[in-house]
Amino acid sequence: MREALEGSQAIARAVALCRPQVVAAYPITPQTHIVEALARLIADDLLEAELVSVESEFSAASVVLGAASAGSRSYTASASQGILLMSEVLYNISGLRVPVVLTCANRAVSSPVSIWNDHQDSMAVRDSGWIQLYCADNQEAVDTTIQAFRISERTELPVMVCVDGFTLTHTLEPIDLPEAGQVDAFLPPFRFSRSLSTARPLTQGTLVSPEFFTEMRALQHGAFALAEQEILAADRDFAGLVGRDSGGFLRVEGDREAEVAILAMGSVYGTLKDAHRSGLLGRPVRLLCLRAFRPFPAGAIREAAEGLSDLIILDRSLSPGSGGIVAHEIRSALYGSGKGPRIVNFAVGLGGRNVPGEIFREMLEALEKDPPAFSFFDLDSGKLPLPSDSVMPPS
Amino acid sequence: MTPIGSRPPSVDTTALRKVQPRFSGIESGHGACQGCGQALAARLVLEAAGPDVIVANATGCLEIFTTPWPQSAWTVPWIHSLFENAAAVAAGIEVALRAQGRTTRVLAFAGDGGTFDIGFQALSGMLERNHDVLFVCFDNEAYMNTGVQRSGSTPHGAWTNTSPAGRVRQGKRHFKKDLLAIIAAHGIPYAATASVAYPSDLRAKVRRALDVSGPSFLLLHSPCPLGWGHDSALTISVDRLAVETGLFPILEMERGHVVGSMKIRNPRPVHEYALPQFRFRHLLAETPEAREELEHLQALADANIERYGLLSDAPGPRDSGGADTVRRGGSRWG
Repeated sequence: MREALEGSQAIARAVALCRPQVVAAYPITPQTHIVEALARLIADDLLEAELVSVESEFSAASVVLGAASAGSRSYTASASQGILLMSEVLYNISGLRVPVVLTCANRAVSSPVSIWNDHQDSMAVRDSGWIQLYCADNQEAVDTTIQAFRISERTELPVMVCVDGFTLTHTLEPIDLPEAGQVDAFLPPFRFSRSLSTARPLTQGTLVSPEFFTEMRALQHGAFALAEQEILAADRDFAGLVGRDSGGFLRVEGDREAEVAILAMGSVYGTLKDAHRSGLLGRPVRLLCLRAFRPFPAGAIREAAEGLSDLIILDRSLSPGSGGIVAHEIRSALYGSGKGPRIVNFAVGLGGRNVPGEIFREMLEALEKDPPAFSFFDLDSGKLPLPSDSVMPPS
Repeated sequence: MTPIGSRPPSVDTTALRKVQPRFSGIESGHGACQGCGQALAARLVLEAAGPDVIVANATGCLEIFTTPWPQSAWTVPWIHSLFENAAAVAAGIEVALRAQGRTTRVLAFAGDGGTFDIGFQALSGMLERNHDVLFVCFDNEAYMNTGVQRSGSTPHGAWTNTSPAGRVRQGKRHFKKDLLAIIAAHGIPYAATASVAYPSDLRAKVRRALDVSGPSFLLLHSPCPLGWGHDSALTISVDRLAVETGLFPILEMERGHVVGSMKIRNPRPVHEYALPQFRFRHLLAETPEAREELEHLQALADANIERYGLLSDAPGPRDSGGADTVRRGGSRWG
């Protein structure tokens, strides 16, 4: 049944449908509504779970690590500075191969401080060994959250469900929440193979010498190959229950035969699709929505890019001194695969700056002017200090 | 002693104690240094607590010397996550066990760095949230695993590699953090200190802590021969001097109030404690600066004796010279 729900409420309801036994979190904008909604569900006895309101994100991640290690399905959510404070634990959770699901209500990272949306936080931990799935809308956020528990528990890898802060978390949309029976059929009770138990006292988190370290890392890396299958299987099986998928690794839509494509991650894709539908793009364009960033689906990206002359990649995070992070990885994926498209990388929508539908046509027009490999597309040079006052070179 | 908690322990510790040999949570063959106080203390804790326990261990010597992959010295379920989160990991385990209706007890192990300093926030949060966890701090008064650097627990005047004694410095300039008072301020049901020189007292406190429902805390003084610079055969006698000088008072607290202390039968001057240890040797030099610092150390010991009323009126079996000593073979408390 479709209900008008705020993104955060919908995500909380989806989490509750997965019957976690332990939820641990520390408040940070724009994640707060998710955890508040879970607290109310617990208070109203609609969810039987232990809510641990910890004293920091560091402890939030540590509590779910401990709880999942002891065999309880566990959930946490955070954003921005919280993700960075957690980062040491995030690496540890993945290295210990502990299944946990985390919602990242994507937000910019300080400094300058901004409470608004971009992808810098989750990108900062892209190498932490977490599966990362990016949601284009709140229905995908709901469905991906439920899928995430199954993917995590089958692969023994943690999953980060990335949901744009405010743009999705604080936006009302009509949402179809699955029935409890559907979720129960999709997601069996959590049975952790290495649960802490006196019946089988295992030692976990040991000191590993150079003699074994590479093998441990290779196992962790190898688990992502399994994750690729599980991500596709979860999306396919869930679609079989509810009649809609979440895009697998990535969606290819719009004018599929077009030679120009725009690739986006997260909620900007909705704006892009809208612009396409409304004829704002002014020409045929292939639309690509990348959902899985870890594991990185290089094969699917190569396939989606076939026949392209130009590929515009929108990045909402930045590696200062290098450029956009998503584009960097896609360039790697396409390198050496024959005559790849020209890749033009635009940083856009940083720190919550609005990305209007009209901007995509400007990007397409910019292709004619031989743009640099990377640039800030929505930069307003009038707001910059004079070159004489700044370390920024004159443009 | 009367148990102060309402919940029965998940194992019959009295029956367990009668089983010989005692339960061994850490097997021999690990890589601790000769005379390691922490290895001894951890073994004593598990003798009293095991086998129905899960241990969350902070990064440190104990983690390193017991778990060189693919070997492990542990016979209880054991997890090491990070340096600063043992209390939070233990809290997570505890809520999971509660959610599953399991009665296994949860222990958190950390050194003084993982307790007084980097792990302090997680510890305070765990105590405040009233998790049913026994947090054990093995206090060897410096960062030994990284090669002897000062911590918040390092005593005043002690040499470490980051508080060296030199021409214008006499070791650590700051005081040892009064952690027990901070723990007590959380109002938790039970907190205590103990020393490896008094193993029966130590074990009794572990049992008492596990009788309690809710968070409990043990500060276990555990000499590090390498870091303190004493002969590895002297671990027990050096730690007895820590108690007998008053520098490390042996206390029990309930809900923030001192309810018991080990009386000192024959108070020893601090220079006797300093003498066998390299970390205090500079205080024994014939200089005015060294003499002044040694006086400071004596004053700190005297202040502890005064504050907690540690002088005994008459010899007793439970005082610092009583039967509960390794020297006399240890007839036990409780």
